[in-house]
Amino acid sequence: MDTFIILLVNGLADASLIFLMAAGLSIILGMMGVLNFAHGTMFLWGGYTSVWIMARTGNFWLGALGAVAVGALMGLVFERLFIRPAYGKVTAQILITLGLMIVFTDLARLLWGATPLPALRPAVFDGMVALGGVRIAEYRIFLIVIGVLVAIGIHALINRTRIGMVMRAGVQSPEMVRALGIDISKYFTLVFAGGAALAALGGALYVPLVGSVWSGMGMENQILAFIVVVVGGMGSFIGTAAGSLLIGLMGTLVAWFFPPAAVVANVLLMAVVLVWKPAGLFGLEGK
Amino acid sequence: MQPVLKLENLSSFIGPFHIVQGVSLDVFPGEAVVILGRNGSGKTTTLRTIMGLLRVASGVIELAGETILGLPAHQVARRGVGYVPEDCIVFNFLTVKENLQIAMRKADKETYARQSYALDLFPDLKKAYSRYAATLSGGQRQMLAIARVLQNDNKIILIDEPSKGLAPIIVERVGEALIAMKNSCTLILVEQNFPLACAVGDRYYILNSGRSVHSGSVAELAQDVQLQNRFLSIGS
Ligand SMILES: Nc1ncnc2c1ncn2[C@@H]1O[C@H](COP(=O)(O)OP(=O)(O)O)[C@@H](O)[C@H]1O
Ligand SMILES: [Mg+2]
Repeated sequence: MDTFIILLVNGLADASLIFLMAAGLSIILGMMGVLNFAHGTMFLWGGYTSVWIMARTGNFWLGALGAVAVGALMGLVFERLFIRPAYGKVTAQILITLGLMIVFTDLARLLWGATPLPALRPAVFDGMVALGGVRIAEYRIFLIVIGVLVAIGIHALINRTRIGMVMRAGVQSPEMVRALGIDISKYFTLVFAGGAALAALGGALYVPLVGSVWSGMGMENQILAFIVVVVGGMGSFIGTAAGSLLIGLMGTLVAWFFPPAAVVANVLLMAVVLVWKPAGLFGLEGK
Repeated sequence: MQPVLKLENLSSFIGPFHIVQGVSLDVFPGEAVVILGRNGSGKTTTLRTIMGLLRVASGVIELAGETILGLPAHQVARRGVGYVPEDCIVFNFLTVKENLQIAMRKADKETYARQSYALDLFPDLKKAYSRYAATLSGGQRQMLAIARVLQNDNKIILIDEPSKGLAPIIVERVGEALIAMKNSCTLILVEQNFPLACAVGDRYYILNSGRSVHSGSVAELAQDVQLQNRFLSIGS
């Protein structure tokens, strides 16, 4: 029972972080058709930005806020300058976003060095809390709460606002949205920047959990987010949430019971889903 | 009289393929013009070119005397072009209500009045008002695609094969709606269903291999079996 609680909390906390990154990746792929290999860059820069600000101000929240701002700004610039000319050109998008990933990873290394920097948890959530007889890190509970809040927020955005309405329509047919008189490129920029900001928030919240920030963490975690999108189905909010839970919980279980299988398990899950449901668990069949 | 829409030697590409290779036509106020032609003759691509959905286009497209060639699709729409695409693309993950809402170009009293007129025309939509469009039948989807265009103040409406894939009884309903529309709007109708095209259209243009090759009055074409066979292979 104790083990179960620990694994559940760890898995849910991981799922929250994966969700923050996968949410943007999924909607960007679903709506704009862009396979964004630069998404992990925002995660990386979010991590470094928060650590950098915290080292100067001692304020974790300011660091997280700064990360969100930097992520949104990077998303805005990336979309306007680099992605926009390549809409509809898949090969160009892959090359451009991979290029951005490499350049901005190296830039981070140049600015902050190749050795990992330590990252601290906010003082309020640095302790342990007793839960059903086991001691759980407060920070993990905090991550789960954030994950749930962000999921509720995105759900409300998608279902209750005009932006969300255009997003749901755009996932099916951006061209038809245009033909009805809506300048969808504005929404593309908005969604891209929003997704980038969420990924940066993910990075800022991730580094205190593992205790450090390093230049390879963008790429490493981006792979998990891609797996979530494949498993959940691109452009589907429910799919992203379900996929994040699945990958987060499974990763924790495998790491606990049989660590050598950690990588294989994800790939296996992806393969099984692809054979069973090629469009992902909640994807649009043959869009 | 100035045409509402004027195409002159229109030409456009899909990727590397030169699809529309010289289409000229005029549509005058209040007219319903039908575009006829075999499958693959370029009817859909002509409408998409007018809408600004294709990147590479040349020639003349004038809407009420102003050129709209090269404008992005959303600006073409905002200038008063309503578009009912082939295969009635309505948004599956939006409710009927939201599908109407997203297509409203203005939120004024007139628009809401036209919306309720459209809903009266298609009572099915009223019943399904808060359902997701994914749950609608083929006929209801077509009605929704027409209703969302009807609520706006259009200079012209382009309709691409509204009868395609629908049961005969539904085609009749759609036909009645088209005739009702004809009284208040200027129309371009692409239609393979010849009786329907004749019932709605005033004049016709025939496309062949991406070119407008013939035009005249629908009433005359309905009599001229030789011409029908030459360009339309009706019954084949
Ligand atoms: N996406 C596309 N890529 C290449 N060729 C296309 C594409 N869409 C249509 N075509 C070609 O353009 C021609 C005209 O198509 P279309 O305008 O759809 O004809 P119609 O509506 O008259 O049946 C056809 O020969 C078709 O094969
Ligand atoms: Mg067609």
